[in-house]
Amino acid sequence: MKRWLWAGLFFLVLAGIWEWLVRREIWSPVLIPSPLDVARYLVESIRDKSLLQAGYITMKRLLLGYIVGLVLGLPLGLLNARFKLLEDTVGIVALGLQTLPSVCWAPLALLWFGQTETAMFFIVIMGSLWSIVIATDTGVRNVPPIYARAARTMGSRGLHTWLKVILPASLPFIVSGMKQGWAFAWRSLMAAEIYVTILTGFGLGHLLHYGRELHAMDAVIAIMLVIIVIGLLADKILFSPWEKFLHRRWGTARN
Amino acid sequence: MMAVTEELQNVPPEKLVVAGVSKWFRTSRADVHALDNVSLNVREGEFVCLVGPSGCGKSTLLNIIAGLEQPDAGQILADGQPVTGPGRERMMMFQESALFPWLDVLDNLLFGLKLKPNLKRHERREVAQFYLKLVGLEKFMHANIHELSGGMKQRVALARCLAPNPRMLLMDEPFAALDALTREQLYGDIQRIWEKRKKTIVFVTHNVREAACLGDRVVLFSPHPGRVQEEFTIGLPRPRDINSVELAKYSTEITRALKRHLKPEAAEVAE
Repeated sequence: MKRWLWAGLFFLVLAGIWEWLVRREIWSPVLIPSPLDVARYLVESIRDKSLLQAGYITMKRLLLGYIVGLVLGLPLGLLNARFKLLEDTVGIVALGLQTLPSVCWAPLALLWFGQTETAMFFIVIMGSLWSIVIATDTGVRNVPPIYARAARTMGSRGLHTWLKVILPASLPFIVSGMKQGWAFAWRSLMAAEIYVTILTGFGLGHLLHYGRELHAMDAVIAIMLVIIVIGLLADKILFSPWEKFLHRRWGTARN
Repeated sequence: MMAVTEELQNVPPEKLVVAGVSKWFRTSRADVHALDNVSLNVREGEFVCLVGPSGCGKSTLLNIIAGLEQPDAGQILADGQPVTGPGRERMMMFQESALFPWLDVLDNLLFGLKLKPNLKRHERREVAQFYLKLVGLEKFMHANIHELSGGMKQRVALARCLAPNPRMLLMDEPFAALDALTREQLYGDIQRIWEKRKKTIVFVTHNVREAACLGDRVVLFSPHPGRVQEEFTIGLPRPRDINSVELAKYSTEITRALKRHLKPEAAEVAE
């Protein structure tokens, strides 16, 4: 509770300094709008639902694409770690594609799928998939072999060993890979939304782009704030519980 | 005719038979001859210690007995049946605890029990709690592994090995990483539990005194390749104290034998 209080106070002071600077009129209000203007835009765009709509569309793209990335990435990573042949083939592809900045998928996706949702999903999937594959692969390789040996003497075999021993043992790596995959997906989706108009729905990136076209700095800053808040919430909701679990069980500060 | 004499003799079958086991490790640089024609019999309820310097193949032999590795020649019989893979009849305890950090203490014990068929949920829990109590850690049921000291970890590992009620325990230098005081406590614990639960134990160590303290029989290995050199029967009453003078006599004798069998360059044995 006390922590929240401090955080709230900190941001209030920050907004206060901002307002004060604006009132001294050092910069043109076109470049630095007042925090009150930003707030006003936020309230209005929530009231006329344009912001909520855009947020919904963006989150839908991100979450669905990310889930597909996870569903494909986890097993692929496990298989890579298990089979030498896959590691030497798919593993190299994964490593190569992971180094590719995921926004580079945008031109290809647009040519393949046109200005559609599929293109957006594709970019998000490509952004998250390879990080997850590599993290899972690395995680499995870093599992001390003694865990699997101990499990085998207790009667664990095959799939049971993989699901109950290898997978949980690689969790520290997998969670950090999932986090990285999420960050990549989020960045590439924003870039793609700003970069090109998708006819099937206007996301936050598109709203941001419009703000620039209209020289509406209050909208630009407001949407940037919304994007930051979404990032923070995702971190707290999606990853914090995992990290707390890892911290508690493994006794490590950070993985 | 053969059958009749066997019936008449009525000798209890050996719990464990190691028959002419050889093992090589092939690496890109060299072939290592780890075990050379090792034979060994262990009776039901016997506590046998395998002693030797590092590289004598004693841990490899234990892995083969456990079924975690296959011999290149010879075979292992447990209760007269050839060993083809690991099984919960022969539980193994390692130098590091090998406890699972993603589970708490109780769930670590339940891991093996869940793989044992025909146990109801509450029965599994009762069994787990019984063995935690046996090693004196029932209060730490819900502790995380990283919160335990080295000695407590090995106690939990011991409880985890005992919980599925194996007939045989295979222990690979389980106390080597612990401080002397904790080790002495565990010598007491393991003897107490062994007598109470009537297990057959094969215990690998490079510590001669430890072997003399725990074993009914101490089997001496020599390295390069691993061979059985000599056997010693320790005729001391239990529970034994690692610091007793009688024990020192045995360990001195074994150490002397060990040095005799060692090539000078490998003379790095404890105590």
